Amino acid sequence: MRVPETDEAPQVAPDTTEVVLAARNVSKSFGAVHALKGVNFDVHRGQVTTLFGENGAGKSTLMKILSGVHLPTSGELILDGEAVEIASTVEARDLGIAIIHQELSLAPNMTVRDNIFLGCEIMGSTGVNYAEEGRQARELMRELEEDIDPLTRVEDLRLGQQQIVEIARALSANSRILIMDEPTSALSASEVEVLFKVIRDLKARGVSIVYISHHLEEALTITDHAVVLRDGVMTAYAPRSEIDLEWIVRNMVGENFDIGSPPSRHEMGTTALELRGLTVPATSFTGNAVDGLDLSVKSGEVVCIYGLMGAGRTEMMECVAGRLPATAGRVLLHGQDISSFTIAQRIEAGLVLVPEDRQRDGLVQTMTVGRNLSLASISDFTRGLFTNRRDENRIIEDSIREVTVKTDGPDATIGSLSGGNQQKVVIGKMLATTPSVVVLDEPSRGIDVGAKAEVFRILAEHAKNGMAVVFSTSEVGECLSIAHRIIVMRRGRIAAEFTQDTTKEAIMAASGESLVA
Amino acid sequence: MSDTTNRAAGRPGKKGGWSIIQLLLEGRAFFGLIAIVMTFSMLSPNYATVSNFLIMSNHVAIFGLLALGMLLVILNGGIDLSVGSVLGLSGVFAGFLMQGVEIQSAGVIVYPPVWAVVVLTVALGAFVGMCNGVLVAYFKVPAFVATLGSLYVARGVALLMTDGLTFNNLSGDPALGNTGFEWLGFNRIAGVPVGVLILAVAAIVTGVILSRTAFGRWLYASGGNARAAELSGVPVRRVQVIVYSLSGVLAAFAGLVLSAQLTSAGPQAGFTYELTTIAAVVVGGASLMGGRGTVTGTLLGAFVIGFLSDGLVIIGVSSYWQTVFTGAVIVLAVMLNSIQYGGRGKT
Ligand SMILES: Nc1ncnc2c1ncn2[C@@H]1O[C@H](COP(=O)(O)OP(=O)(O)OP(=O)(O)O)[C@@H](O)[C@H]1O
Ligand SMILES: [Mg+2]
Repeated sequence: MRVPETDEAPQVAPDTTEVVLAARNVSKSFGAVHALKGVNFDVHRGQVTTLFGENGAGKSTLMKILSGVHLPTSGELILDGEAVEIASTVEARDLGIAIIHQELSLAPNMTVRDNIFLGCEIMGSTGVNYAEEGRQARELMRELEEDIDPLTRVEDLRLGQQQIVEIARALSANSRILIMDEPTSALSASEVEVLFKVIRDLKARGVSIVYISHHLEEALTITDHAVVLRDGVMTAYAPRSEIDLEWIVRNMVGENFDIGSPPSRHEMGTTALELRGLTVPATSFTGNAVDGLDLSVKSGEVVCIYGLMGAGRTEMMECVAGRLPATAGRVLLHGQDISSFTIAQRIEAGLVLVPEDRQRDGLVQTMTVGRNLSLASISDFTRGLFTNRRDENRIIEDSIREVTVKTDGPDATIGSLSGGNQQKVVIGKMLATTPSVVVLDEPSRGIDVGAKAEVFRILAEHAKNGMAVVFSTSEVGECLSIAHRIIVMRRGRIAAEFTQDTTKEAIMAASGESLVA
Repeated sequence: MSDTTNRAAGRPGKKGGWSIIQLLLEGRAFFGLIAIVMTFSMLSPNYATVSNFLIMSNHVAIFGLLALGMLLVILNGGIDLSVGSVLGLSGVFAGFLMQGVEIQSAGVIVYPPVWAVVVLTVALGAFVGMCNGVLVAYFKVPAFVATLGSLYVARGVALLMTDGLTFNNLSGDPALGNTGFEWLGFNRIAGVPVGVLILAVAAIVTGVILSRTAFGRWLYASGGNARAAELSGVPVRRVQVIVYSLSGVLAAFAGLVLSAQLTSAGPQAGFTYELTTIAAVVVGGASLMGGRGTVTGTLLGAFVIGFLSDGLVIIGVSSYWQTVFTGAVIVLAVMLNSIQYGGRGKT
């Protein structure tokens, strides 16, 4: 039986399942920021408890408290009915609690195997037993149905594969409580399905799971309990049988709105971006990641690129932006061949990329929120030799408002923002350059429903004003939101092309994804 | 099922309390400097005198110039081990020019005027720095290795040029029109040694570059995360080349000032100065991982290191102990840096 200790917490419905781990009246402050205010939270044995909430609601903070990364400012944790203090991640591991962090915490220079067993190496008679580690790593990869050699270095993997490694690491600990903070943000639908199969297996073995995701429909298919956090306060709690999508959204943001607003029917302009026979070699295997791809996008048009992991979306986008060299083919911007342009010249010409991996490619962690936002448009506030502070602040404030970053102010450090808000900074930074063509690689990664709708609304509005928008996604639902055209990529080529009036099933089938009931 | 719309009150902005600790931490180099001056003033009556401060500030000028260049490189996420050797080479090169350059084909000896000596020497420093920068930026040689190479090459060239000897006559000859070199080392303007004035000008220029120009912003960004900076349109490689060149230029200035102060130019000048310089930058609060550090901090760092070592000499501590003290200060500074930067971002 759980009885809430403060009036702030909602009345908790009686529940018959056993609670393994509970947070009681937990608060956490970072200086003046109160991330959690008297939260009660239960983890049920052998079940999935999902935590919903907007960006910055305090979800990751609560999970970090449960897994020993942070100590709560006040309140206590109860494990198996007894109060415990979890002061470090090592202690958490000894208590059987493992976590998959939202921001990947892998050592990029080490192999997949060494990352999985980092800190809990399997010892043999003559030091680390690499053979056994390798065997177990392969076993884990097989369980996750992922074709990754355990001896590959993590930095050579794509973001989605890195996320798989992160999951494998948490699984290898054989813990009884497994916390997953947005484990699927870089996975495609079929991989999510595999993960869910693994989760069901774990449940059957009595492992308790805490799950966090901004993909609400997806989370609903796996969860047994739903808890909603809002501004650091728990606002609602219910078992799966009593809730639906609408309930979650209403409790998360206080209102309900349409996630997939249809694209506006406006006049398209001339061709803005054109790819002719673009070929980009792959980094992790021999062959081409992008194979003679032709694509043309008009001004004012929104094109969605869907595909499985490894379909070549990221490589294509990075090549368009000038990060990866093409071995053949051309990139034309408003009819001008920009194949030989540097990244800076392409930005100047009006073509920008919002990268997929915000930690590695999007943010400068040592700079403030404001300076990150203004980084790509320095020339816009440089007068002669010097930068102009007033102009810069105007650009920063405009973008904070446009992409609605939740922050203490432009001088806050990037690390103090929640994951979703960091993502918005990356998007805002590139939009601040007033581009005519914007290419976004998984722009909705880690942002909440409200923000997602907001980002898509912003993009749709820019498109109406003549911007060409190309975005990629691994969530089929997003294809059908604002895009005029949906392109399905498969093994570096265009496998199919759809207009707005298609179905999710058709898109998934074209990508080579088997449909799961 | 249960919902509430009960929300806690807003977030009261509470500050103060631990802000004293914060202040001490932020201004640690400054408070350290005050502590050093007070301690040595008590220990020796000769420390807090005008003449001693003038001597000490001449020393600080050298380290300060090197440290400003090092700061730029460190902010960019690199390291420049060649500054000590470039200083030595510059002094020797200036001395060499002052002796007159024989042009064999024409059969004449050219005595360049002092301003030309300065310009040519600075150009040499820029050239060595540019080589470092090109190696690091375009040939992907790690900064540590590239500049370690130049450390040896520059020192070796300095030894070759003088055959291991020292140029003792830098005063020039009025008849040849190349007098005035000592001006850099001995003269004062309004009571301030020229070397210190050069440092002040260099510091102001560096500060303005860092805080008010696009280049400064590029520098911080590419030092913090080169990949992200590049995707935001920062010409990361060009920035690197410029940064190492500037470090070379500042080292050349330091070499000119030092040889003018000593009125001689020896090939061993500036030996191991690169380490003292790195120490000054770190004591000034810069992060060796790149992206964090300021000009004021670095200047304070140079003063701390300079005033500390001179103070130890004045109170007669053995040079062995001086080494121990300097080492301890560096470790302490790095420790405080990691306390300050700990928990902020992953770098
Ligand atoms: N180290 C920190 N220093 C200062 N503030 C922080 C820190 N970590 C988190 N916060 C603040 O605490 C609040 C909650 O952050 P948290 O990361 O828990 O959000 P979240 O619910 O996980 O959001 P998202 O869905 O975007 O990941 C935010 O306002 C954030 O800015
Ligand atoms: Mg989070």
